[in-house]
Amino acid sequence: MKMKKKWYEYLWIFSAAYIVLGFFNILFAWLGLLCFLIPLVISIAGGGKAYCNLYCGRGRLLGLLGGRLGLSRGKEMPGLLKNRWFRYGFLAFFLIMFSNMLFVTYLVFSGAGSLREVVTLLWTIKLPWHWAYNSNVAPWVAQFAFGFYSVMLTSTVIGLAAMALYKPRSWCVFCPMGTMTQLICKAKNRRLLPKSEIQRT
Amino acid sequence: MSDTRTVRAARKAQVDSFSCVACGCCVPSCPRKAISIFKGMFATVDTELCVGCGKCAKACPAGFITVSEAAQ
Ligand code: SF4
Ligand code: SF4
Ligand code: SF4
Repeated sequence: MKMKKKWYEYLWIFSAAYIVLGFFNILFAWLGLLCFLIPLVISIAGGGKAYCNLYCGRGRLLGLLGGRLGLSRGKEMPGLLKNRWFRYGFLAFFLIMFSNMLFVTYLVFSGAGSLREVVTLLWTIKLPWHWAYNSNVAPWVAQFAFGFYSVMLTSTVIGLAAMALYKPRSWCVFCPMGTMTQLICKAKNRRLLPKSEIQRT
Repeated sequence: MSDTRTVRAARKAQVDSFSCVACGCCVPSCPRKAISIFKGMFATVDTELCVGCGKCAKACPAGFITVSEAAQ
């Protein structure tokens, strides 16, 4: 009965390692671009939400910790968090903060700003992180790494909180990447959407 | 519906496809492999395969699946 595990069932290791490596060297944060570009490329190329459904390490990690390890209350999440407009709003907020991060990187690149060796948790809490940066890369390369790691750490923390409070993969309901890839799929397959959906949106 | 008591209506899973986020958490939970994600948009249930066990409803983090006697 026991089936052989597929390679992608181990992708949670990537997500866990990502967070850990960032403690030691912030430049590993650049690897996070993969979690950003791969899902977009898959859905733009017509692969649907295969990233969420199979390959996302984040989703697998939450499923594993909350499911197999039982670190989740397994309760239904509140209506607000699964409301469509909340999801779109959260995606918009996320994109604004992401653009802001890119802008800060640009300022450092252009010399108008100086590198800040901090990781910002939940967009407000500044954590000192200087020990993870000691290389001689260009300052903007490091600034991007600090910014990107902040995004990843923040979403991991929210994801873990949602996992603990509600069901294991509750984060996936309002995850900006998930929302974005679903929107791409819906835009690509507009004609296949049920009529009721088109009228309601 | 209610006047056909003698005909046993089978319980089937139904997805709220308007709300579904297509995360796919429900897919591996189904022992009959009855659920698939339709073009990355929402989950669909193959009612021929579904036996109404409710495992998918439990797996959906947002509770977008209900199991009830199907209207046929
Ligand atoms: S919704 Fe987000 S966290 Fe969940 S599987 Fe998709 S990309 Fe990963
Ligand atoms: S109710 Fe059971 S058989 Fe039917 S789709 Fe859900 S998990 Fe599969
Ligand atoms: S788990 Fe729920 S939200 Fe996710 S694809 Fe299945 S029905 Fe949709």
